[in-house]
Amino acid sequence: MHMADALLSPVVGATMWTGSVAAIGYSSKKLKENIDNKTIPLMGVMGAFVFAAQMINFTIPGTGSSGHIGGGMILAVILGPYAAFLAMASILTVQALFFADGGLLALGCNIWNLGIYPCFLLYPLVYKPIAGEGKDARRIAVAAIISVVIALQLGAFSVVLETLLSGKSELPFGTFVMLMQPIHLAIGLVEGIITAGIINYVRNTRPEILKANSISRPLDTSISIKNVLVAFLILAVITGGALSWFASTHPDGLEWSIEKVTGKGELAEATQGVAPALKELQGKTAFLPDYGFKSSAGVDSQENEVAVWPGIEAGTSVAGIVGGIIVLMFTLFIGLGIRLFKKQ
Amino acid sequence: MIFKHLSKRMLPDEIMTFDEKYYNIGFIDQLSYKDTFVHRLDPRAKLIATLLFLFTVISFSKYELTALLPFFLYPALLMTIGEIPFMFIFKKIVLVSPFAVFIGIFNPFLDSGQVSIFQGLTISAGWLSFFSIMIKFTLTVSTALLLIATTSFPNVCHSLRQWGLPSLFVSQLSFLYRYIFVLMEEAMRIIRARNMRSYGKRGKGIRIFVRIVGILFVRTVERAERIYFAMLSRGFQGDMPSLKRFHIKTGDVIFVVSVAVFLYVFRFYPATQILGRYVQGVFS
Repeated sequence: MHMADALLSPVVGATMWTGSVAAIGYSSKKLKENIDNKTIPLMGVMGAFVFAAQMINFTIPGTGSSGHIGGGMILAVILGPYAAFLAMASILTVQALFFADGGLLALGCNIWNLGIYPCFLLYPLVYKPIAGEGKDARRIAVAAIISVVIALQLGAFSVVLETLLSGKSELPFGTFVMLMQPIHLAIGLVEGIITAGIINYVRNTRPEILKANSISRPLDTSISIKNVLVAFLILAVITGGALSWFASTHPDGLEWSIEKVTGKGELAEATQGVAPALKELQGKTAFLPDYGFKSSAGVDSQENEVAVWPGIEAGTSVAGIVGGIIVLMFTLFIGLGIRLFKKQ
Repeated sequence: MIFKHLSKRMLPDEIMTFDEKYYNIGFIDQLSYKDTFVHRLDPRAKLIATLLFLFTVISFSKYELTALLPFFLYPALLMTIGEIPFMFIFKKIVLVSPFAVFIGIFNPFLDSGQVSIFQGLTISAGWLSFFSIMIKFTLTVSTALLLIATTSFPNVCHSLRQWGLPSLFVSQLSFLYRYIFVLMEEAMRIIRARNMRSYGKRGKGIRIFVRIVGILFVRTVERAERIYFAMLSRGFQGDMPSLKRFHIKTGDVIFVVSVAVFLYVFRFYPATQILGRYVQGVFS
């Protein structure tokens, strides 16, 4: 469910980062306005709690496979939306760095998918109204299950959108949605039940934890729907604008990439910097066979000069493969060399 | 440890998965305190270099293969100079690969365009883009892991703060990191207690899980209260400023500049092509 760097395009990654960083800044500002210093250690330790809880696995009924919890909604209920969002962002940062779950560029997407939806959308708009004051265990359970399921559905749908907008996957929209949504419906149900169970357990054994937290932070309930909607609208416009610009620059992925493969575009532009040196090198190699084994014998150098970077010509790929293998061997050689050198 | 022996025979998955994760995060933490050239670089320099690297790698088109290969040089150098064990990084990459494989594996079946590699060998463009995704995945994951294996997490937090991320966020990020170790040990004790009292599938249902996590939760809150009072008595006022000051050294600047030049050259000039041609020429 974590978005991966390799599936992202820079534009999508940067857009999501902008949104997530803005949300981090906004939440920090909001929290600072009426901070109870007690919250900082509580947030941090709660984040660590989610990690620890993820290590304890359980058997999913009927399937025999084991699962673990995600935790966004529990945090929102205990800490309130702003603090919960910051805690969630930290959890995802640590996961990206230490477990390589997701990646650094995809972190913006992951914070958005797994942090924004539960904390800013579903907690105030779904959980709070249904659970009310938190006096009835059944209402809490219903609220938790519904909000977790919707949060995960939104998150999964965002993964689909982010991947497709990045243009790295060939999956058609419909198929992709059908792959992701049902799986996350099942995951969401299980996670919702667990979230409900934990909240109710805490409510039974230490009710003051839930109460104390809702009293000490009166601001939490005042998150306005209007602000949330405006923020989403702005992001939608930015995303749409950025992506349509990108899409129009490169209308056809395949054409664009073939141009890249042959290096036509770049070489034409390259007139400064390293270009002359490389041009010279290229000039030297131009009298050597240009494309493939076929033409290696006795072709006029003049002719080759013209066809230095042919369209999608077989030889280009051969040269690429040969060069690639050499570079890899060189890398391996350097790695092993330094290692040997250090051992002595 | 006696439990390592026990775990292999009696409790195969529980303690093993736990050990793996725990070992990993603790092991990375240990690695990050080594003293090599890479470790001594300023954390900000490494962070910038890593981000530049990641952006460059994912900016390649989805059919690009050979032009990505030179980029392995960067993680390879970091790994060897930073003395990070190869198998450790490799295992982690394999461990997290399923999602990228799952999304990418559809490409070969859906993208049926043909690309000729050389005379007589054509493959579908889908395979090209699949392998491109996998190479990008390996590059990005290994580089991110190497960043954290060569930079201690408190230093990463410190540079985030210097870059103007809200101090509230950074404070609790470093809090989170400190207490992961403590709470993981707490969780390990609970798992051990459960395993000692249950055999086979018993005790692993959702109801018991919820109670176990509930207990862990209550203990966590109590711990947070104790921590808070301990901090108050030591003068905590809502922020955790660091006394450490980093100074950008010449070495750091050289590092970032050379990484940037390396990335630029291999991004915009088909270096593998040129090299390949040259070698073909030598041998023919």
